Order: sequence, then structure tokens, then C-alpha cells
Amino acid sequence: MKPRGMRTDTAGSPRRPWSLYIGAGGVILLVGSALLAPWIAPYAEGQFVGGVWDLPSAASWLGTDNDGRDMLTRVLFGTRTTVSIALLATVLALAVGIGFGVVAGAVGGWLDELLSRCVDILLAIPVLISALIVLSVLGTSTPVLIGTIGLLEATRVYVVARAVARSVNVQPFVQVARLRGEALPWIIGRELLPNAAGPLIAEGGLRFCFIFLFIASLSFLGLGIQPPTADLGSMVRENAQAINFGLMAPLYPAAAIALLTAGINLVVDWLLAAQSRPHGHGIEL
Amino acid sequence: MKAPALRRLLVRRLLFGLLSLLVVSALLFFATNLLPGDVATALLGQQATPESLLRLRLELGLDQPAWLRYVHWFIRLLHGDFGTSLASGRSVVSELLPRLGNTLILAAVAGAIAVPLSVGLGLISAMREGGLVDRALSLLCVLTISTPEFLLGYVLIGAFAIELGWLPSLAVISPGMTLLERAAAITLPVCTLVLVVMAHMLRMTRASVLSVMAAPYVEMAYLKGLRRSTVILRHALPNSAAPIIAVVTLNLGYLVVGVVVVEVVFVYPGAGQLLVDAVAKRDLPLVQACGLIFAAIYIALNVTADMLALWASPRLRHETLRHET
Repeated sequence: MKPRGMRTDTAGSPRRPWSLYIGAGGVILLVGSALLAPWIAPYAEGQFVGGVWDLPSAASWLGTDNDGRDMLTRVLFGTRTTVSIALLATVLALAVGIGFGVVAGAVGGWLDELLSRCVDILLAIPVLISALIVLSVLGTSTPVLIGTIGLLEATRVYVVARAVARSVNVQPFVQVARLRGEALPWIIGRELLPNAAGPLIAEGGLRFCFIFLFIASLSFLGLGIQPPTADLGSMVRENAQAINFGLMAPLYPAAAIALLTAGINLVVDWLLAAQSRPHGHGIEL
Repeated sequence: MKAPALRRLLVRRLLFGLLSLLVVSALLFFATNLLPGDVATALLGQQATPESLLRLRLELGLDQPAWLRYVHWFIRLLHGDFGTSLASGRSVVSELLPRLGNTLILAAVAGAIAVPLSVGLGLISAMREGGLVDRALSLLCVLTISTPEFLLGYVLIGAFAIELGWLPSLAVISPGMTLLERAAAITLPVCTLVLVVMAHMLRMTRASVLSVMAAPYVEMAYLKGLRRSTVILRHALPNSAAPIIAVVTLNLGYLVVGVVVVEVVFVYPGAGQLLVDAVAKRDLPLVQACGLIFAAIYIALNVTADMLALWASPRLRHETLRHET
């Protein structure tokens, strides 16, 4: 009898659920249309096309915002801004976090101890609080935003990267490589990183979601990306009052945020499930 | 395992918590003192003359070296004196305390609902893995995890306050309100917070129970002929208690901080909104006090989480001891 839930295809490529296609489709659609915003948006980013909070019409499909600008155009440009900034911050977080984490996990000893204690201290402060303090000191420019969030989130990546590196580090094949006399960079590049790639890619996806939501939240609080640049968080803030008149205005940019993070989460879920169930899943009879 | 060893471990964890708090206070103090231009300039703004700047700097003690100011500041903290708010001129404690009370009420109510709800649902998900309930719950989790707090908040306002008119849209709290009015006012913010933290706890409960399911002793329990629900409740749950406790306390910490955005959405008079305003106004003593309080609550919850996890998992306790000696 074939156990329920067991994979039917050959090893390496687990069954792809429908949620993966929905997630990936949503992400590609949103990011694609955001990247193409200057060409496919019906109007220019700051163009006034109607009254305040006009209802959706043939001319502007999602209505207009609090300044009478086309909502669809603003959402497209806003997604573009927020996604680009979140991507830059994620790349920074991954580079710093994985770099230090893998080295600490591979070397161990006092270096690991020192780095981990520093990260422990930083982890003890909630990210939002640290970010608010840094932003209040350095002001809210885009480079500061990227640097602050990237470095703060790097501490979270560090924890994951170090744990994964340590667990790979004690595997027999790494010990064989050490006994063979391979140098540290070779072990990290050829043994640790390839074997840690799965969890780290999933971590990267999750991290992007966190950072994306985080930037949107900061902008929503008025402390992130500054106007007149369209970005999803501040668009929600600017249009928030419309909800009291029963209008959908603040929900469009917020829905764009939710759609993108939900899509990435669905893809990451599949990635994680594909890794965590290599054996033993068919036990239930 | 001897009891003194465990006690030593717990005491050490507690001391590390206190040490982090000390470092956090130093970071907070020195970070807020790196401000380009000093407080005196920020305070006086357009009306600044060289004489008034000098007088204010002396008054605020800005002529002393930073480390000396930190020591003085820290000693005053120990006496419960958080200084004076630069924006309002009132003492920070009198500004912060009522707001903090409001925030803690909101977080406590949300936590009391969210924790049993999400651990229970997580267990049901794990028992019926792959079933309809499990899939529906995991879809709900993906949706709420991906949804920013403010979207959830506004959707709830739109639905229950504007369309249905059941509840107030703003969580305004005034001294003369009855308990029932207060409860009505915080219902929507509490629901938002519950939805936000529920997903993490539910998924973590489900994941830790399921990750134990691959262990040999679970296989043994199945082969013995036990039912899936018995295997989960008697064999898997006790062994995944440590990560569940950890994620629950972590999310309680998140509640206390994540409350910032929710407070702004619902215009709730809590410490989070006070912090956001203080950052915008660069009200240093207030930023320091809010930051320190939030960090202290967060650290306290983390230390509790670790200690509970050590207590709940003999193996973890053993490994930690071996690792440290």
C-alpha cells in the first residue's frame, strides 16, 4: 500500500502544489508590472487626473487618490519603489548575515563567541525600536533606510546562517575535507555553502517579506520613504481617511503589499516543504 | 541532572538578560547623543541666539562629556527618574505611565486570546495534516502573515465599523468610560493583533509537532498501534514543547512592539504612538524611555522563554550544560 502523502515522482523534485503556481504567478505579475510601470502605467507618477477620491471609472480603473492622482498608476509606481528598496536591503542583509554567519559557524572558537554575543545583544532590541532610534538620529533618507534595515535584519540572517553552517560543519564529509587538508575558504565555498543553500534561499525569501512589510510599516508611520515619491506604505497613510467614507482607497496599496508577500510566502513554503521532508514522511499508514 | 546545575543555568540566563539590558541602555543613550546638531539647537529652532543656546546647553548639562552624562542618566534611571520630556516639559514618567498601561492592557487581552487559540488550532492542523481543516488554516496563516497590520486594521474598520456599524472605528479611551465602552473600543485593535500573531504561533506549533513526527520513537508509537491523535498528544507534543514555548513568548514580545502600528491605525492612546510622536519630534528623553521600556519587556519575555524551554526540555538542558562546561 502506498502511504498517503508520499511523493510519487523521483527524488529531488517534490510534487508542486497549486499554491506554488498561484504564488509564483502573483509575484511575477506584480513585480513585472511594477518594473514596467513607466511604460504601462496609464498616467505619469505625479499627474493630477481628477478630484479627490473619485470612484473607479473607465478613465482611472481604481479611482483617484487623496490628491486626485490615478490610483492604479500610483500603485504601480509605489510597488516599484518599495520593491526596489526592499530588494537592496535584503541583498545587504543576506550578504552581511550569511558572510559572518557561515564564517562563525565554520571557524567556531572566540570569533564565533564574539560575533554571537554581539548579535545576541542586537537581537535583544526589537527591530522596530532600533530602526526608529537610528532613523531619528540619522534622518529618513533612502540610503539610511536601506542601510539601517539591511544591517538590522542581517542579525536575523546571521543566526540562521550560523546554525545551518554548524550543522553542516559536523557532517562526515566536511571532516573528511578538513582531514584532507583543505583550506577554510575552500570548505566554506565548496562544502558549507552548497549544502546550506536550500535553507538560506528560503531564509532569503522570508527575509525579503519581512523587510518589504517593515519598510511599508515605517512609511505608514511616516518615518520611511518620504513624499512625493509614491510608495505603498505612505499611500496607505495618505489615503487612510477615505475608509471613513466607505471608500476602498487605502486598501488598494495595502492589497498590493499583501499580494506580493503572500505570493513569496507560498513559494517559500513549497521550498521549505521540499527540503524538510526528504525521508520519513510516509510513515503514517 | 542535579537541581543546582539547573539553577546555575537559570541564574546565568537571568544575568545575561540584565547585561543585555545594560548594553541596550548604553546603546540607546549614545545613539541618541549622536544627533547631528544638539538638542538645544533642535529645541530652540528658529529662535536660537548664541546666548540662549549656551544657557540651554548648560541647563541640560550638555557641556559635560558623554560618558559622565550616561552615568548620571543611568543613576537617575535606577531611581525611577526618566528625565523631562523636551516637547511637553512634563516628566517622562507621568507622560509614559498611563500610555504604557493602555498598551499593556491591549497586548495582554490580545495575548490571552491569541495563545490558546493558535496553539489549539496548530495541534488540530498537525493532527489532520493535509486535511481540509489543515489546508484552510494554513491558507489563512499565509494570508494574515502576508498582510501588513494596517491592512488588517483598515479592513476590519471598513467591515465592522463603517459597513455594519457595530463597533467604533477609533479606539479612543477617555477616563469617564464604562468597562463595556472600553471593551467595545479595543475590540477591533485586539482582533487585529490576534490575527497578526496567531499565524506565527499556529504554524510554529504545527511545524514543531510535525518535525518530531519523523523521529524513530514516533514511528515506534505508530507501530505499536496507537492512533495519530494519541501519538501527537502523548509523544510529539511534550517533545516539541520547547520550541512552542519559545515562539509563544517571542510573539508576546512582538505583540508589545507590533502594537505600535495598530495603535496608530486606531488612534489608540498607547506607548507605541507616544514613541512614534517622540521620534518625529526628536524628544530624546521620551525616545530613550520608550525604547528602554520596550526593550526591557522584550528582553524579559525572551529570558522567560529560554528559562521555560530549559525547564520543559531535559535534553536541551543537558546539551546546554555540556556545551558550557
